[in-house]
Amino acid sequence: MMNYLPNLIFAVILVLGIGVFARNVQRLIRNIRLGKKVDASDNKAQRWKNMAKIALGQSKMVVRPIAGLLHIVVYVGFVIINIEVLEIILDGLFGTHRMFLEPLGPAVYGFLIGSFEILAVLVLVAVVFFWLRRNAIKLKRFLSAEMTGWPKNDGNIILYFEVVLMCLFLTMNATDMAFQELGSGNVVSQYIAGWFSGVDENTLHIIERSAWWLHIIGILIFLNYLYFSKHLHILLAFPNTYYGRLKPKGEFNNLEAVTKEVMMMMDPNADPFAASVDDNEDEPEKFGASDVMDLNSIQLLNAYTCTECGRCTSECPANQTGKKLSPRKIMMDTRDRLEEVGKILDSNKGEFVDDGKQLLGDYVSHEELWACTSCNACVEACPVSIDPLSIIMEMRRYLVMEQSAAPMELNNMMTNIENNGAPWPYNQMDRLNWANEK
Amino acid sequence: MSEQLKVPTMAEYTAQGKQPEVLFWVGCAGSFDDRAKKITKAFVKILNKANVDFAVLGAEESCTGDPAKRAGNEFLFQMQAVTNIEVLNAYEIKTIVTTCPHCFNTLKNEYPSLGGNYDVLHHTQFLRNLLKEGRLTIEGGQFKGKRITFHDPCYLGRANNVYEAPRELIQKLDAELIEMKSCKSRGLCCGAGGAQMFKDAEPGNKEVNIERTEQALETQPEIIAAGCPFCNTMMTDGVKNKEKEGKIAVMDVAELIANAEDL
Ligand code: SF4
Ligand code: SF4
Repeated sequence: MMNYLPNLIFAVILVLGIGVFARNVQRLIRNIRLGKKVDASDNKAQRWKNMAKIALGQSKMVVRPIAGLLHIVVYVGFVIINIEVLEIILDGLFGTHRMFLEPLGPAVYGFLIGSFEILAVLVLVAVVFFWLRRNAIKLKRFLSAEMTGWPKNDGNIILYFEVVLMCLFLTMNATDMAFQELGSGNVVSQYIAGWFSGVDENTLHIIERSAWWLHIIGILIFLNYLYFSKHLHILLAFPNTYYGRLKPKGEFNNLEAVTKEVMMMMDPNADPFAASVDDNEDEPEKFGASDVMDLNSIQLLNAYTCTECGRCTSECPANQTGKKLSPRKIMMDTRDRLEEVGKILDSNKGEFVDDGKQLLGDYVSHEELWACTSCNACVEACPVSIDPLSIIMEMRRYLVMEQSAAPMELNNMMTNIENNGAPWPYNQMDRLNWANEK
Repeated sequence: MSEQLKVPTMAEYTAQGKQPEVLFWVGCAGSFDDRAKKITKAFVKILNKANVDFAVLGAEESCTGDPAKRAGNEFLFQMQAVTNIEVLNAYEIKTIVTTCPHCFNTLKNEYPSLGGNYDVLHHTQFLRNLLKEGRLTIEGGQFKGKRITFHDPCYLGRANNVYEAPRELIQKLDAELIEMKSCKSRGLCCGAGGAQMFKDAEPGNKEVNIERTEQALETQPEIIAAGCPFCNTMMTDGVKNKEKEGKIAVMDVAELIANAEDL
């Protein structure tokens, strides 16, 4: 029985880690479903292609070559090294040691582990660069107002995490006497092994075991840290790029509820009572968005996917000229508010209880919304196909159509369009005067 | 030069039982704004010269609804759209050309789901097609060797991925096309879009058009070319603000061509 104790402990830790992760995923899906349904069943081929290109191929990251390259190193390193995790899990469950060695043979196994070791070192190098970029070099997009407190710490914590995991991986290999004797695949760890040359076998074994356990526990903690971090994008970048915009960026959706009413008004034969029957069936439609539930599920998925990289904000004309608007903040606010709503659901058995707060006003100010030029620079810049502009537009729609709260000059402009078919006070009958002017 | 412009209306065409090759959608700026009217006329001169069979709606045209939609007033937008679509469909319009990227975007992308399906072209695309078909020739003339930088309108570039048509036309002028450091998909907005044209900017430390003008001035241009009446206004104001209006002209691509041809 005693012999199986480690396996048992391992199994318990594993089930616990994955169990908590599954609960987080469940909560994530529930929150995203709070948004309105959108039909994205079209153009499947194009959607898969976008996912392969943008998420897997990181095509948008190379726009900024240095950061892009480093990011690819960490990403590839991290993903590939996790193949090793599979072996660790199986070893842990069955009480074996490096169970892939025998079936693969020393050459192939050595090649694999050797590549992992090299990648581990590359990841370490990249992480140091990233840390310096975040903390020593004063890069503007990491210094904005929304990047203080948790978002700033989150960015660093994950870097420390990666350092620790990579070091544990290398230590584990370096102190594994059998693996070092094999002499295949210890391309990096053989040098680290030298540092342990004076240590007796027993201690070495304890160090190796500790590194092994800490490594796998670290990975499970990391997995569960994701939900609270911008690093959720490691997973969500895939669905998010799949559901990303396929239409031209300039095309804003036409609200169907409005179309119905407009058609009714324009159609002289429309039955005025047909509308009221409709109204009885469901609540009158709310135009635009004042809170996260008014947005659609893709917009909420966008919010969880945001990497807080600030590429959008650094390209934003309003932000560049000192206005309050920051498209990154729009995404972070949406996620924060969605999390808040999720917590309300958690503590009220899944029922939403009005907490007197909403996304509009309590998180995003009118001033931010009205500063947007709808230029699409943010959408173009985002490496994971997020559309901050669509959220800004939904809130403007709410302000204008539900609250008549547009800036005065815009109300004048709209009155002009209504009265004389142009944003300025000119008579529609004079539209062709230019043709006869000298 | 002072030759009378030929600007037939759809009503006139229909009265004669004819259908033009293309409808020229003039837009509100092109109809009423003094600076933009010059662009409209320059474009018509080229159309006349190339013997393009076109017509305008004249008093039957109304705002596409773009500024209302970007301001958030979906009702007003759809009212405008449905009214315009009724007119366009009644005239059985197939192809539309417009000098305004905002009209272009709205007509092309946002009208179809409301029942308005047309082949919509920005004037730079239309002129490039004329060129390709040999119906229009462009010679450098006064612009030969001039340093010209092109400012990408957001609603033509990023919004609809049209980057090359205006550039091809400028290159035909034998001019030296110099790109700003942020251009094409990374081009900075002029500050007018999203209904900003009609209101003051929010508090900040600079106007967007000044920032963009500074980027343009970095290329040491003799001419800043634009493809949008609103960008044109913003850049013209920017150049004035920098007191460079004596040295640097802000011109629409259509004006460049019309002037090169001495029209
Ligand atoms: S669309 Fe709006 S938020 Fe996005 S970059 Fe342009 S001005 Fe900024
Ligand atoms: S929206 Fe996209 S570009 Fe902006 S911070 Fe998030 S991930 Fe980066």
